[in-house]
Amino acid sequence: MANTIRGAAAFVGAALAGLGEAPGMSSEDIALQASYKALAEAGLTTQDVDAVFGALPGDCSPLSGLLLAEMMGIKPKFTDNNRTGGSTFLSHTLMAAMAIKEGLCDTALIFYGSNQRSASGKLVSSVKPFTYEADYKPLFPATSYALAASRHMHEYGTTREQLAHVAVAARKWAEMNPDAFMRDPLTIEDVLASRMVSSPLSVRDCCLVTDGGAALVMVSAERAKDLPKKPVYLLGGAAATWHMNILAMPDLAESAAADSGPRAMEMAGVAHKDIDVVQLYDAFTINTIMFLEDLGFVKKGEGGAFVESGAIAPGGSLPVNTNGGGLSCVHPGMYGMFTLVEAIRQLRGECGERQVEGAEIALCHGNGGVLSSQITNILGTEAAL
Amino acid sequence: MSEANEPVFTQPGPDKVYQEYLQKGQFCIQRCNACQGHVYYPRALCSHCGSYDMAWVEPSGRGVVYAVSVINRRAEKGGPYNVVLVDLEEGPRMMSRVEGVDHNAVKIGMSVKARVDTTGEKPMVVFDQV
Ligand SMILES: [Zn+2]
Repeated sequence: MANTIRGAAAFVGAALAGLGEAPGMSSEDIALQASYKALAEAGLTTQDVDAVFGALPGDCSPLSGLLLAEMMGIKPKFTDNNRTGGSTFLSHTLMAAMAIKEGLCDTALIFYGSNQRSASGKLVSSVKPFTYEADYKPLFPATSYALAASRHMHEYGTTREQLAHVAVAARKWAEMNPDAFMRDPLTIEDVLASRMVSSPLSVRDCCLVTDGGAALVMVSAERAKDLPKKPVYLLGGAAATWHMNILAMPDLAESAAADSGPRAMEMAGVAHKDIDVVQLYDAFTINTIMFLEDLGFVKKGEGGAFVESGAIAPGGSLPVNTNGGGLSCVHPGMYGMFTLVEAIRQLRGECGERQVEGAEIALCHGNGGVLSSQITNILGTEAAL
Repeated sequence: MSEANEPVFTQPGPDKVYQEYLQKGQFCIQRCNACQGHVYYPRALCSHCGSYDMAWVEPSGRGVVYAVSVINRRAEKGGPYNVVLVDLEEGPRMMSRVEGVDHNAVKIGMSVKARVDTTGEKPMVVFDQV
């Protein structure tokens, strides 16, 4: 039977914690705070949870779902620590919806917490150095994305200025988000003049290094109607992976989002014109351009000109990364979770100054590894069911 | 499955064999006896067809730069250096660096040839412009 997951489960809680800098906090502390807040707004407590999904940074327990369940004093029927990098949580939503639909659990908690900025001051990666790359001392992961950017520029004439437009658009959204870490005005010239890291990517082409966590609560669509928050439904989801290491990526200018996106949209039964707001994992500025192309919002090779036109900035035709993204809002290492929280808040109409009027359908796209794992989720309000 | 169909996995594994060739100053990659496809980096099964029947061959060493990035390392730490992806004539793509030219002169499409550099702490395959 086709599309049976569509609309079967809903998000009834979504919360952030420890955003920016959370000195003195462990990753587990942040994840538990976010969990409490997400459950509280759903009118629930930790004791209602019977399925736990989630991840902590690479230096924490890989069995993080078990650890969080133990810390909350619960005995979940279903746990999933599946790790696909920063896209992880967009896989958890799909697994949770399946488990809820099949009656394997009733209340799913999806958690994330990371104290990477306060603990180490740098990106904490879960990926071990791969000898056939690491011997040549690429910066991980920046050089992998830089190689992709070099290829995109070579094939499609994408420019550093166009990349800079992605960073500037993200900052303009962040200026309207009180939760965002960087809210000072940013210009194209600022981006171009910032220190080169791994060409063609400079510091302002790279995501932030912050602390932060988030949590989501999912229940059946039927039960969601009785809970306090306006339900947001998971309409579709799909994952794709074509490589792990950048040397094995078939075409560095095209990601597996070209596969995950159409399948997620087919499950959701939506077309591009139906999508009101888009949240993409912008680990680097090239990501936004590639994902807009690969997800089909523009033709391949036209992403650079599209962002240069101002289309994704406030006031543009396609609101993208309305929280400021990983570039300006928050990036604790695995940003995928924040695409979901921002989409849910937009669909509930809770986003204040940056609210996209009448948003009913959102596309969230997670990226893991080095353009390796691509997972798309489509979320919608009751009107979109 | 009958014993006749059991695959014969040789030891040591491909990763170790590759490193042993490199220690001797040789750059070898695998070629699949079933589909004739070449594979890099070393692995126990052919990623083109799934066969376990892989042989070691010396590639021509000729390749073309597919992608390039210059890492802006600070001068006091040794200064900038390049990282490239090279498409080998036989098909596989590998990470490496181009030596003997200014790092900013390394361009996509540049023809290069492999060489085993044994001057460092471990032998590595690097490329020269041709
Ligand atoms: Zn083969």
